[in-house]
Formats: sequence, C-alpha cells, structure tokens
Amino acid sequence: MKNAIQYFAVVFLLLIVSPVMATINVFACEPEWKSLVDELGGQRINSFAATTAFQDPHHIEARPSLIAKIRRADLVVCSGAELETGWLPVLLRQAANINIMPGKTGYFEAAAVVDRLDIPVSSDRSLGDVHESGNPHVHLDPRRIKIIAEVLFKRLTVIDPQGSDYYQQRFNDFNQRWQQAIKQWQLQAQALKTQRIVVHHRDWVYLFDWLGIEIAGALEPKPGLPATPGHLTMLTKTLAAKPAKMIVHTPYQNTRAAKRLSQITNTPVVELPYTIGGTDQVKDLFDLFTVTIEKLNGALK
Amino acid sequence: MKKNSIALGVLTFACLYSVASVANQARFNPDISLTLDGRYGSYSNESDYELPGFMLGGEASRGEQGFYLGHTELSFSSNIDDMFFGKLTTAIAEHGGETEIELEEAFIETLALGNGFTVKAGRFYSDIGYLNNQHNHSWDFTDAPLVYRGLFGNQLIDDGLQVSWLVPTETYFKVGVEATRGARFPAGGAANEGKGAYTVFAKFGGDVGISHAWQLGFSHWRADIEERASGAHDHEAGVAEIPTYSGESAINGVDFVWKWSPNGNNREQNLKIQAEYFERDEDGVVELVGSSPLESTTYQGQQSGWYLQSIYQFIPRWRIGYRYDQLDSDNQGSDSAVLIEAGLDNEGHKPERSTLMLDYSHSEYSRIRLQLSKDDSYEDSDNLVFLQYIVTLGAHGAHRF
Repeated sequence: MKNAIQYFAVVFLLLIVSPVMATINVFACEPEWKSLVDELGGQRINSFAATTAFQDPHHIEARPSLIAKIRRADLVVCSGAELETGWLPVLLRQAANINIMPGKTGYFEAAAVVDRLDIPVSSDRSLGDVHESGNPHVHLDPRRIKIIAEVLFKRLTVIDPQGSDYYQQRFNDFNQRWQQAIKQWQLQAQALKTQRIVVHHRDWVYLFDWLGIEIAGALEPKPGLPATPGHLTMLTKTLAAKPAKMIVHTPYQNTRAAKRLSQITNTPVVELPYTIGGTDQVKDLFDLFTVTIEKLNGALK
Repeated sequence: MKKNSIALGVLTFACLYSVASVANQARFNPDISLTLDGRYGSYSNESDYELPGFMLGGEASRGEQGFYLGHTELSFSSNIDDMFFGKLTTAIAEHGGETEIELEEAFIETLALGNGFTVKAGRFYSDIGYLNNQHNHSWDFTDAPLVYRGLFGNQLIDDGLQVSWLVPTETYFKVGVEATRGARFPAGGAANEGKGAYTVFAKFGGDVGISHAWQLGFSHWRADIEERASGAHDHEAGVAEIPTYSGESAINGVDFVWKWSPNGNNREQNLKIQAEYFERDEDGVVELVGSSPLESTTYQGQQSGWYLQSIYQFIPRWRIGYRYDQLDSDNQGSDSAVLIEAGLDNEGHKPERSTLMLDYSHSEYSRIRLQLSKDDSYEDSDNLVFLQYIVTLGAHGAHRF
C-alpha cells in the first residue's frame, strides 16, 4: 500500500515537474484550415474541423456539438469575410470563451490577411447573397495560403510562446515544400490558362485567378440562389456563342443543374474536391491542389 | 396616439441609420433587422376562442380572419464593447384597432466573463423549453403550439437576470437560472418585491455520426402570483367579471429535438423532429373581479400539454411539416360554478389540434407559408387556414439549432 502511494506520488511529481507539452485546442471552421494548422502546429496542437467537404459552409447550424467544441478552443481559425456569418457569431456568443472572441489572439480570419476579389460595389440583397468583404473562398489560391500560413504560425507563437522555435521550424519546412509544389502545379496547369469554365457558385474565383482560367458563367443566377430554367437557357446561349471546356462544382453542391446544362451543351461536368476530404485522395492541402489540377487537366482532353 | 408617435420615431431612426450604414460602410453601426409578417386567415367557427381548463392570457389567440398583419419586428443588436452585447426587439402590432409598440426584448449580455459563464440582464425570452427563446418568426408554424398558448400566453418573456454556464464537457451541457420580475403572464403581480418568478434549465446535446444532431432540455419555472388577470389580447370589450388567480404556480418541462440531413448538409435536404411536454401545478385562489358580492373559489390546478412536430425539407426551398398538439387538465376548487365561469372547468374536453404546413423560402430572407389545421381546442371543431409571408430585411439571421 505504501509503495503504491509512493509510486503514485512520484508519477504525480513527474507530471508537474516535467516540461508539460501544453496542447493547443484549435477549432477550424473548414477542413482546409484544419489541414493548414496541422502543418504548422504538428504535435503541439489538437485540431478539429467544424465542417466537412460535403457541407456548404454558408449553411451550417450552431449545433450543440459545435458549441461544446468551441467552448474549449484556444484558437479559432475560419475563412471569415462573412462566410460563417450565419453560425460562427452564434457559436462564439454561446460559448462564452474569452480567448477566442473577435479581436483576441485566439480569433483568426484567413480572408482578413489577404487581398480579396469580388468586393461588391454596392450591397443589395437583390444581387443575391453577396459578401460585403469580398469572396471568402481564399483557400483555393496557394499564393494566398502561403501568406495566411505566415500570419497563422506567428499567431501560434503568441498563443504558445514555448513552442515558438517549433512553429518557426515547421513553417519554414512547410513553406519550402509549398513553394516547390506551387512551381510544379503551375507547370502542370499551363494548358488551363485562358480556358473557359462554367462554375456552380463563385467558389473558384481564387483558383481561376491564380491559373488564369476564365469564368464562362455561373449556374447560380445570383450567389446563393439555385439555378432556374430561364437562367440555364441564357447560359446555353452564352455557351453556344463562346463554348466552355467544362462545368465544375463542389462535393456539397447539387448536380442537377450542372447535368442538365451538360446534356444540352455537351460540356463535361467535373466534381472538384474543393477542400480536404472532397475526394478520398485529398488528405491535405498538397493533395487538394494536385488532385484539382489533375481533374481539370483530365477534363480538357 | 403617444404609442404611435414612438413607433414612428423608431422607424424614422431605423431608416436614417440604415441609409447611413450603406453610404459610409461604417462597421460600428448595430445590426438592424426588420421582419415583415403578413397573413390571410380563415376559420370555420364563429364562436369566441377558448381553451377549456386554461385561463388565457398574453398573446393567446387564434388569429384574425381575412387579411391582417402579424407582428412587425424591428431589432437592433451589437456588441457594446468588449464586455457586453446588447439587443432591442420591438414589435409593432395592432390590437383592437390601435397600433401598439411592444418591447419584446431589451437586454444586455456578457461576452467576456469566460469559463463558459454568461450573464444576461433586461427583458428577454426565457430559456425554458426549446421554442421559447426563438422569435416566433423563426418557428415552423404560423401559430404557437397549444401548450405554449395555454401555459405561457404564446411565449414566456420577463424582465430580470439570467446566469448560465456552459460546462466544459465533450457533450454539450448547459445549465442556467433566471430570476425575473414575474409581472407578466403567466406570472402576475411582481410578487416578492418584484422578484416573483424563477427558472432553472439544463440542456444537453450532441451529434450522432455526421448526419444526425440532437438536443434534450429540462426546465422548471416557479412563481408567486398576485392577481393574474385572465383575458387574452383579443378579449371582448365590456367583460364585467375578470377571473383572477393568486397563489403558487410551478411548471416542469422536457423538450427534445432531432435533426437529420444527408452528410450534415442541410442545404439540400433535412428533417427535424421536435417534441415538448409541460405540466403546471397551481395552488391558490380564483376570484371573479368585478362580481358583486365577490365570488371566489379555492383552486388546485393540474394542467399539462405536449406537441410533436416534424418538418421535412424535401428539396431546396420547399418544406412540409406536420404538428400534433394535445392538452389535458384536472382542476379542482371549492366552488365549481366559479371554476366554470373562469374557464377552468374543462367540461370533460381534451383540447387537441392537427396542423399541416407547406412553405417555400426563395432565399434565406423570405418565406411564404400555407398552413391548414383542424382545431379541436374546444367543443366545436374548427378548420383554420393561414397564408403567410415572413421576410427579413437587414442583418443576416442566425442559423440556430
């Protein structure tokens, strides 16, 4: 009995004395940010993605499970630019977690640290569900990912100063691999330059901006509104005059309109992964761009 | 008249404010949202509405016939600073030919207490049950469940203080208490020097796999009531005798919600099943104020009710739903004639109602709904039809669970 107590005391002391590796709990709104924070945080963080590739990040409910998760988060990493405006503010208010309120070091919006495209000239709901701060789908441009990674790793060092060197080293390593990958992707994607592609929603603006692809039209008549027969007729006319190479959509979008337009105009439909987990092969950000470019190239042929 | 000018003032202010926010994109302006609710109602039964066994109050009514407006709501909310969030919701409604402005919510809430604690103070929707703290415009049916109509006068709103704690567990677990004034229906008289009512609640919730989510809640409400006058908003003018209750009142409730959507993507398809049960015990005295000599009876009331509803979004924009309501009561007193007069004798009748609805949401900001119900609230069966639009202008609504 005495031995047991001594043993217990020693273990307990060791636990207190040994340099405890504080695990930082990270709540990522979307899987792409979980993947990025995993690259940068490695063993020092414990990450959770609030959504999957099969869920529309505009349309998430503030579920009890998410409130419970964000309650215990040390850092929240989200797209921002009003992408999560329907649910993140509710989660934050419900969670009453002082560390992750907007303005605190534990609150990180990726879109806030890069230049955004599609900033509307006027904010009018008759234009659809436009984001006043611009298009929020910034993760589809690897150049912007690099900028975000740099700000994010610095944020990690503020939250967890003990891990500064670790985060710096992981960022350097990531950045090196990332720069090489960008070069390779750009080579692979050369044939895509100036090609015309129809999108479902303007999720792809940043990807196309990077690769020089032209948006031939959107299946949604206005952002956030489903396709209508009238709008498809108009798109058909546009494509008859200036054909497009393919129609792309995300795993969470309904394929009905894409298939209909494909039948009429004989344009192939391509489902792109959009984010981590969008297809089985896409396990991290590197896979995301590799698979996306493969799929786009495949549809060109 | 004075009420009208206040309403006008608020509206003018809101208009000026929103124009300014578009022009200079100032981010410090509060979120402003305006909800418009217009209806067409029809019912087959001309007799006055009643719920045998229940004294009606608050907003309890079956609605109007023909074209009319529901509550037009104007809401302002914003973070006040890094410590507080504040919200005001006013409802502009017409009651008996007069336009009234009602204060539905006016509260502040802490943002930065930390450790899962939140304190809310002011006038707010109580966290009792599941539906109660939601705005009626986000309800899935045009009208409140019968149990909310019978026990809360549609919705429990009070002035006071709420303290809640989100427990740091893997499964969602939140507990809270409210101490409130108890001047409004179903309390009354602001007993105990204006601290007449208390609420305790606990909520649990989580996910099952990626496609299912649930929440379970328990709640308790208790009040010392001094002269709670019965009579809903639309009560007949010139009623000489007003049934009035004084005594103790306690409500216990349980609520449950289950939601499903394929892969958790509720945009395309989703199903929601929701049920709530409440029971109320009262022990006191009922008087018919205005009668001479004053008629009164002792009163031991036992009332209960539940509903079960299911909403299915089968394709984007379109939802269909069904709700079943039922109430029951067993009220006793020393003078059964007074109980009958006060509407507390259920005459051997159990109110029930079946409701079917179909709605179309063109976007997140607009909804048009058709609702049909067969209402057996009282002896004469009634068929109700409602056609309703609900639109929201301004700030993006919250996707609450």
